[in-house]
Amino acid sequence: MIIDYLGTNEINGPLVVLKNIPGVANEEMVELRMDNGTVRQGRIVQMDRERLVVQVFQGTRGISLNNTRTRFLGHPIELPLSLEILGRTFDGAGRPIDGLGEVYSDLRRNINGLPMNPVCRTYPQNYICTGISSIDVLMTLIRGQKLPIFSGSGMSHNELAVQIARQARLTGSEDENFCIVFAAMGVKNDIADYFKRSFEEANVLHRVVMFQNLSSDPIVERILTPRCALTAAEYLAYEENMHVLVIMTDMTAYAEALREFSSSKGEIPGRKGYPGYLYSDLASLYERAGIVRGKQGSVTQLPILTMPNDDITHPVPDLTGYITEGQIVLDRSLNASGIYPPVAILPSLSRLMKDGIGENFTRADHAAVSGQVFASYAKVMDARSLASVIGEEELSEIDQKYLKFGRLFEQEVLKQGHHENRTIEESLNLCWRILSTLPRSELSRVENTMLEQYYRPEQGDTL
Amino acid sequence: MTENNTPVIYGINGPVVTVQGYRGFSMMEMVYVGTERLVGEVIGITDQKTTIQVYEETLGLKLGEPVVGTGNPLNITLGPGILNNIFDGIERPLRDLSELDGAFLQRGGKIPLLSETRKWKVAVLAKIGQTLSGGSIFAECPETPIITHRCMVPPDLEGTVIWVAKNGEYTVADPILKIRNDDGREHVLYLAQRWPIKIPRPMKKRLPPNIPLITGQRIIDTILPIAKGGTAAIPGGFGTGKTMTQHQLAKWCDADLIVYVGCGERGNEMSQVLEEFSALTDPKSGRPMMERTCLIANTSNMPVAAREASIYTGITLAEYYRDMGYHVAIMADSTSRWAEALREISGRLEEMPAEEGFPAYLSSRLSEFYERAGRVTNLNGTEGSVTIIGAVSPQGSDFSEPVTQNTKRYVRCFWALDKALAYARHYPAINWITSYSEYFDDLNNWYEDHVGLDFVQNRRRINVLLQEEDRLMEIVKLIGEDVLPDDQKLIIETANVIRTGFLQQNAFHKDDTFVSIQKQQQMMEVILHLYDAAKRRVSMGIPISRIKETGLFEKLIRMKYEISNNALELFGQYKEEITRTLDALN
Repeated sequence: MIIDYLGTNEINGPLVVLKNIPGVANEEMVELRMDNGTVRQGRIVQMDRERLVVQVFQGTRGISLNNTRTRFLGHPIELPLSLEILGRTFDGAGRPIDGLGEVYSDLRRNINGLPMNPVCRTYPQNYICTGISSIDVLMTLIRGQKLPIFSGSGMSHNELAVQIARQARLTGSEDENFCIVFAAMGVKNDIADYFKRSFEEANVLHRVVMFQNLSSDPIVERILTPRCALTAAEYLAYEENMHVLVIMTDMTAYAEALREFSSSKGEIPGRKGYPGYLYSDLASLYERAGIVRGKQGSVTQLPILTMPNDDITHPVPDLTGYITEGQIVLDRSLNASGIYPPVAILPSLSRLMKDGIGENFTRADHAAVSGQVFASYAKVMDARSLASVIGEEELSEIDQKYLKFGRLFEQEVLKQGHHENRTIEESLNLCWRILSTLPRSELSRVENTMLEQYYRPEQGDTL
Repeated sequence: MTENNTPVIYGINGPVVTVQGYRGFSMMEMVYVGTERLVGEVIGITDQKTTIQVYEETLGLKLGEPVVGTGNPLNITLGPGILNNIFDGIERPLRDLSELDGAFLQRGGKIPLLSETRKWKVAVLAKIGQTLSGGSIFAECPETPIITHRCMVPPDLEGTVIWVAKNGEYTVADPILKIRNDDGREHVLYLAQRWPIKIPRPMKKRLPPNIPLITGQRIIDTILPIAKGGTAAIPGGFGTGKTMTQHQLAKWCDADLIVYVGCGERGNEMSQVLEEFSALTDPKSGRPMMERTCLIANTSNMPVAAREASIYTGITLAEYYRDMGYHVAIMADSTSRWAEALREISGRLEEMPAEEGFPAYLSSRLSEFYERAGRVTNLNGTEGSVTIIGAVSPQGSDFSEPVTQNTKRYVRCFWALDKALAYARHYPAINWITSYSEYFDDLNNWYEDHVGLDFVQNRRRINVLLQEEDRLMEIVKLIGEDVLPDDQKLIIETANVIRTGFLQQNAFHKDDTFVSIQKQQQMMEVILHLYDAAKRRVSMGIPISRIKETGLFEKLIRMKYEISNNALELFGQYKEEITRTLDALN
């Protein structure tokens, strides 16, 4: 049903209030035509018998009480989908901005998606080799997982995301069907450019779909950006059988847009002014990662968020951590001491790795090695804090060994080049080399048979 | 609009729908909203306006669509077919929905909650002329190979049997029994009955919590035990292992039945539970664990109002099986998501918020939920229990937030998960200093009767050593371990054995994942034996470094792997070796 409606009743921030019209559906799309010919899009966010509240994507600047004609489109916001979206660039609301024209397709999908029936999920177990030692050994990425990078302003999360996107491979199989969906939310122009250039250099640009909402673009569209991106990803994964890696940056900017929008609607704020439904809202994005039973493709998410003031208890990283299957936390002091990637070992975690590693997947000793590294590195932290009180010289012999282990581990295992692509064997052997600097009695997480096979103290002594 | 009109939708705000002018609804009534018949519940009534929360996505709903009342509060169907099944928050069977709608959830109540075509082999127990009261068992059917489903007279009915069906195969929709009550009214009874989820099912009498729920997890059974019919909370920040702990308890605890509620959590976790529990065998019966499990999955992206209902649905199912005489454990992961659902809906209703935006009734809702636990004598005289184990996800890992604090007031076991332990991959990451269990004294008699007279004594000594170590570590953190006298170094060494050799438990190791209470007792004895023997040597002036060189401490750390669960006689050899080795030192 197409209806035109003249004028508006009330304007507030990105919201326009109209007198109610019968037959309009919740969350329906509208088009606002201004007298000067410009057309804006919006959607209905709240309605009762007297009022219809419409959220205008491009903002309400220039809209007055009587210069606008509103048309109800009769469907919720949709994205046209076909294989042609590969290699294209869209704005936050899914309109092409690369000058190559519209995407024409009969297939249009509601960008809000539908919740996946838990019964129809395949539990993700395929391990993705990223070639980055710290991630592969300690927080293994699994196909169909959602593993965010918790970072802070000025750290190398973008480089890390690009390196993962460039190197990520399933072991033992050629991935012809690999593609990337990139959603930029509130990022600076040169960051979006950096990603584009990097994809170009890696010669994968024709396999990338980009959705860009730069920091100067309207915030209402920022709320749509990840939804558009995930709708495209679900289409590519479940209908075109592709393995999709979705990179979303920056989730903090997204949450801030949501907060701004919520307060303009006059909603009761929760923690730090964020709306009470922030958890549900973030979950409606993150939960769209996964594998559908019986389908070939998969959606793997790599959201990036910057922790305001590096505070992991801030609502955005906090709620994200409760939804995602682990997190890769970056550390400022490692970053400052020139270690790339600056992955903070202890707070980082991959929940799905336990079922995707070990014999038949990576190597039999993988679980034991990662458990041992975590336990030993925790002791390094204890030794360091003790050393800062009583001085390094006063430490017991064993604590000194831990300090050395920590130093070596950061320099040899953590640190690697932007283009260095290590196999899982290389990474595990490297860990064993460093673990061998510790006395055998300290390696209580590893079974004796594995120690026989891999523990080489004579190698450790040479380091 | 006059009140004779059919009620129609007047306003929509997220999951909240309002109806204007109609006065026929009652509080908590279940209603169908819109032409797609979305399930909703009346949550507020004023002279002008009725407020309804909708348990499904409201996108596409239009003003003016009809709202139909059912006259009943929100209820679910109880009967055979619940076990080995997976439901959403309002008991819609997810497997059946996936066959109907495919991989993604559509809307609308299109299918019955329990299959009406599946036949059950029913043995009718009631006889004509017999007088039955509420809760009486009138028929039985094998619901799964390990659980017999006992069909009961609904609690609010009683009367004399005037007709019974023959033994045979029936669906939940077939009549099984007719009874006539005192005033001559007749009622037909089926295999299934309906029950409103927010009202506790009645029972005859509460029993004291003096039988432990054995979980096979050392830190729980030995240090922080929970009783059958008890309540426990597992608070912890993300990544501290709440879900892992709950999975371990669901797998190994000695309840007859498990109800696992995934409330606002990850979809992949639910598919993991489904896969794992179908593959794992129950140690008691040798059958797949799913045959004694019911899953409720309302993942975080499913509608928020149904998330609120999922907790009630879970506890109602648990109470129903309790009434049959089973011991049921319900895992609620996570109650914080439930509280947040309350907050979200409260916000949409523009209610006055209390702490951190949570509604003021948060505390009373939590207490209503936890009070539904208990070991009881049922209406039909059988004994059953519902044990509640709820995960709490405190925002910002801060235990002073309202959900954790209010939960603490209503649970008697508090298993606080610790970030530092989780960072060091010490699982289960339950902090033995900040956690507590109030069931100690209630359970002492059981432990003395069933495990050994010295069990309680051993546990106390282990606890004292851990407390001592905690105090000593404060000093060590400031000046290092070297300055401590030898007897205190011994405490630290022994506590280290307790921490890594006893409290830490490997869920992925075939022997260590479940440890019998007898083995736990033996492990404690060996550790204390080493401590006592070493302490004697230290008091004789033998330096601790020489005792450490014997390697006995490391040997005990590894004993959880080296001594398999059916070779408990090896503990005797360990003790002898300790005595022999230490006696040789002088």
